[in-house]
Formats: sequence, C-alpha cells, structure tokens
Amino acid sequence: MSMFGQVYVKNNQYKIKGDFHHLTPCTPIRNADDGWKLMGVTNPREMTYMHSYGGEAIFFESLSQGKLMATKCENPKCESKGSIYQPFRIFCPDCLGKMAVMDMTKLAKEKATIHTFMVCERSGAFNILDKPIKFINIEFDGVCTILMSYLSKGDPEIGMRVVPIFQTLNPTYTILDLSWVPAGTKASALPQGFTF
Amino acid sequence: MIKFSKQQLKVPKLMRPVYLVTAGQSKFDRAIPDKRTEELCVDALTMAAEMLNLTPAELKQYIHTCYYGHFADHFGDQLLGEAVIHDRLGLDPLGNIGVKTGGATGGSTLWEAVKTVASGYSDCVLAMGWERMDEVPTDEGNFLISCAADKDWESPLGHIYTGYYAVMAQKYWQVFGKAEDSFRRTLAEISVKHHGYARFNPFAQGPMKITVDDVLKSPVVAYPLRALDACLMSVGAACAIICDEATAIKLTKNTKNKPLRIWVSAGSHTLRPADRRDMEIPLLPNETPDQYKNMEKEFPGSARYPGFTGFLGARMAAWYAYRMTGIVDPTKDLDVIELHDAFTISDVQTYEDIGLRPYGHGRDYVESGDCYHTNPKTGKPGKLPSNLSGGLIGCMHAVGATGIMQTFEIATHIWNRWAEMHGDEKLWKKFNRKKPADWTDLQVKGAKRALAISHAGVGSHVTATILMDPDHLLKKDA
Ligand SMILES: [Zn+2]
Repeated sequence: MSMFGQVYVKNNQYKIKGDFHHLTPCTPIRNADDGWKLMGVTNPREMTYMHSYGGEAIFFESLSQGKLMATKCENPKCESKGSIYQPFRIFCPDCLGKMAVMDMTKLAKEKATIHTFMVCERSGAFNILDKPIKFINIEFDGVCTILMSYLSKGDPEIGMRVVPIFQTLNPTYTILDLSWVPAGTKASALPQGFTF
Repeated sequence: MIKFSKQQLKVPKLMRPVYLVTAGQSKFDRAIPDKRTEELCVDALTMAAEMLNLTPAELKQYIHTCYYGHFADHFGDQLLGEAVIHDRLGLDPLGNIGVKTGGATGGSTLWEAVKTVASGYSDCVLAMGWERMDEVPTDEGNFLISCAADKDWESPLGHIYTGYYAVMAQKYWQVFGKAEDSFRRTLAEISVKHHGYARFNPFAQGPMKITVDDVLKSPVVAYPLRALDACLMSVGAACAIICDEATAIKLTKNTKNKPLRIWVSAGSHTLRPADRRDMEIPLLPNETPDQYKNMEKEFPGSARYPGFTGFLGARMAAWYAYRMTGIVDPTKDLDVIELHDAFTISDVQTYEDIGLRPYGHGRDYVESGDCYHTNPKTGKPGKLPSNLSGGLIGCMHAVGATGIMQTFEIATHIWNRWAEMHGDEKLWKKFNRKKPADWTDLQVKGAKRALAISHAGVGSHVTATILMDPDHLLKKDA
C-alpha cells in the first residue's frame, strides 16, 4: 500500500517518508486518419514537491489561527517608512530592510472594502474552490497595496464592506484558508470549517 | 506613492544603428500533432531566408548569436528546449540563450537581439520564438498558465490566470467604461475586427466572419468578458534577423526587403497586481500634466494610478521608446501597429497606456474608426490601423512567438510585401486553408513607421518594438 509523500524538517534538512511519485505507463498516440500510424506517446506523471514558505510561514500559520498578519517598514531612513503591506512581504520593496510583522486582523474586520472583483465561471485543473469563483481584491485603510482573495458568500460589488474569515478547522495552510464575506454575515452562515 | 529616479528614467540609446532585415513564421494552430517544434522553427527560418532570396544555409553563415524566446518549459515537458532547437537548426557552436518573460517573451527576445547588435558584440543575430501549447488538454493548460502567477498567493485561487487579469478588466469596465452597453458593444467590435482580419491571413488560426451580437452571445468566461473576447491558445514559431548596417546592406542587396531601423524598449510592473502602489502618471510626449487633473471627477474611482486599470509596464515601454525614437504623437507619427489584444478590454487599456488616446478615452480609437485598415465611417484609410494580422484574438498567441509575429506583420507593410506574404495561393494551400473569395489586400499604403507591443499577463513585462524606414526617421541621432 503506497502512502503520499510526507515531509518534516530536522537540523534544517528535509526528512521524507512515503512515495513522492507514482509510475504510470506511457501509451501510444496514433493517427485515425492514416492507418493508425504512430504519432507520439503520452507521458503520465504524478509527483510531490517540497516547498518552503520561508519568512512568510508565519503568515500562513496565522491564517489557521484566525489571524491576518501584515508587514510594515519601520526603517526611519526609508522613504516609504510606515507603509503597511498586504500581501505580507518580508522585505521593504524600497529599502530592502526586513519589515516588522504586525497583526492586522482588527483593521481588516473594520476597514476592508472591495476594490474590484470578478465572477469567474471557469477554472483550471486542480481547482478546489466552488464555481463560479468570486475573485475579490481588497483595499484597507492605511495599507498601500490591494490584496487578492475570494468571496465565500453573497455577490461582490465595488466598494462593498467585507470581513475576513479563516479556515481554522482542518486548515490547508495555503492562501485558501483566508476568505471573505460581506460585513454583517452571521457566523452560522459561514462555509464549513471557517470562523471569523 | 512611488517615484522613479533620474537614473531610472534615462532615455535608452543604442550605440550604433540596428536593422531588421527579414523575418519569417510557421503556420499557427491550436494543435499541430504532425510536427515537432523544430519543424516549425525550420519553417520560420526558411521563410526568413527566402524573403532575402537565400537558402537557410546561406543565411546561417551570417548569424553570430542566437536568442530563443520560449515561455513555458512545462507545456512541452522539456527543460532547455532552446538548446534542442539550436542543435536542430545546426547553429552550433554559436552562443545562444533562452528568454522568458511570459506573454512578452517574443518582444523580450527581440530586445536582447537588438542590444547585442547595438553593443557591437554581434553583427547578425537570430531571434526565434515559439510555443507548444497542445501537449496538454485545455484544463491542464490553464493550470500550467496559472503557475506564472504567484504560486503561494494567487495560483491556488482557481488555477485560472484569466481570473487574475479579469479583476482588472472589471475595474476598467466599471470606472472608465461606466458599465455602459455602448462600451460593451465597442469591445465586441474589436473581436469582430480581429477575427475578420484573420480571414485574410493564411497563418492565422482564428478566422471568423462574425457580428457584434455573435460576440455578445458567446459564453461568459468572466463577466463582462466572453469567449470571443479572449485570445487564442496556439502552437507555432516566428523569427527575425537583426543586423548592423553593413551586414544589413549586404543581406538585402537586390531583394525586396529594405533594411528597417529597429528599436525595442521594455517596462515592467508587479507580477502580483496586489503589490501595486500609487504613483503619478508618467507622461508621454503628447500629454500634459494638467490633462489628468479632473480625472476623478470625469471617471469616479480612477484616482489611484495605475490602480487596476492601467498597465504601468506598457506606459513605461512607450515612455522609453517614444523618447528614444523621437515619436511625439503615436497616432500621427506611426502608420501601422500590432497590439497585444489578450482580451478586447486589454486592447483598449493599451490604447491609453501607449498614448493613442488619453486615459479614460481609449474606446474612441475604435469608435472613431481610426483603428481600421479602412475606416468604416468614412471609407478612407484608417488613421492608424491596428492588428491587421488578426492579433492574438484572430491570428495566434503562441506565447514565445507572438511578439515576433507582430514584428513580421508590421515589417511586411513597410516592405510593401503584405499582399505577397498573405495572398499567395501556395501558402494557403500549404497550410491546408482556404483563401476566402473576398480576400482583401490590407497593405497599409506608404507605411514608413510601425510599432508592436508585446505584453505579459497582468502587465508584468511589456516591450515596445519600433520599426522605421531609415529614410523616414523622426530623430537624427536615434
Ligand atoms: Zn523601507
């Protein structure tokens, strides 16, 4: 019985367990219009990667705990001093100083509005969001960037007030653990696994 | 608010004049299962040689360095695909390098080739681009394209790149388009125009005789964008040969190709639109500081620049290119252009970024009829025809080849060879396509100067390629 690849880190080295790939045979591609002559082959492949979040790990860990973390440049010599960044970025884009990590959950609950949005009927392979996907881009008072995420309830509109929700039950530890609902949505209406 | 330094705003200068002498391309199609990529590249290079009455072997003798534009390794499941093509073209032991900048890969490949000649490193350079997007079905293809977005912050959101761009379209649609039916119809008109021009292009994969209502009835991809608003997914190759003056004169002697001066500039902007910060609008030579003072009043919600409505990368590519070549008013100074119409609405956004119309007024370029070969309102030649190839919507978007295909197209107008390269019965037959009975010669009469914009996704990379007849320069020392 095979087992999906699992990984942990010890002494700053990856320790791996299980299968990181599955072998599936190639099959020929033939031409139905020309005597089934050989045209090529299929190349099936299933493989597991190991990916480090590095300095952004705290952001993804915090989502699973119901917190939205941002960063802020506190370098007194930086021309963008005091700027707050969401998406969370490790280094200031101007001075390249390491930024301070801050909890902006309260700000997000009170001061988030939809800058723009798109309701998307299509998705690519491996999508796990319900369709149509309601992409929203969120602006916050006092934050110099505009976060991309998705709306889990209601229909998006430019200028609509939204509040963050977090997948705190069975988190995926990806950006999908963060979603949004219109301000005033009741806790009982949230998607399964999500809390305010 | 971010600002650019004086050094960053230096107007680029080539150290010697650089010329485009020939170009070529393969057939473009959604899938080409009977050909390997190298076969398509050989087709393109052979055509480039034939335009100079040379054999490929003769042309190869001149080539000194090779730049290969190929965006998505994982589509073809081949790392270093550039080296495979280089070997198959028999160009060893020349130095070669791969270029990848998303949808702008073709333009960036030319950018590198031009600088290599300008610097004196090489006297003759091959710029070849291709893409192979038919080795996975469309769903998996969408997944692979979404990998060009930020993999932690964007790609997991549906694995659909269209969605990441579409939020920008929505903002433009509501703020500058005011969500008006009339604007929606103008967008549809662009699709009709590009699919229509593709009918006269034997290389094109998306020829269609359609109406505005057909576009408006096509399936919604992401409202207000519909299937017929979007570009094609393609397979194909295109190439160009870039030279110094002496080589250009030698190679074009007794041919129909006049060496054309070429410049390429480039701009960029955040891969994640989420990272965009506010700034002042960098002004093009035909704009004034006060003209945007009342923008928020005229278009409520437009105060943030570039916000999600403009492509700063395109604006900067034009900013550098116009100053480098002496262009003041692109609509007057240029004769024909090819733009990166990934979607009908991004075509309109680009009109504004490159100064064809002021911000907020892009739709007028279509509504005035200026963008047509023949203005449907006046019956006279359009002021600045765009995308006579059919563009990405009607001709192709074989990513690494796209910017080079555009350059091939605009060059054929200046060479006065458009009809020959698009009307030849043999070409239509070779590609197993039927030349329409109403085939029309789209040659722009007397074309001397042209522009092509190559653009990546949400605007992360953009290049501006400018071609000019050397006897019709706008600036002496350009
Ligand atoms: Zn800083």
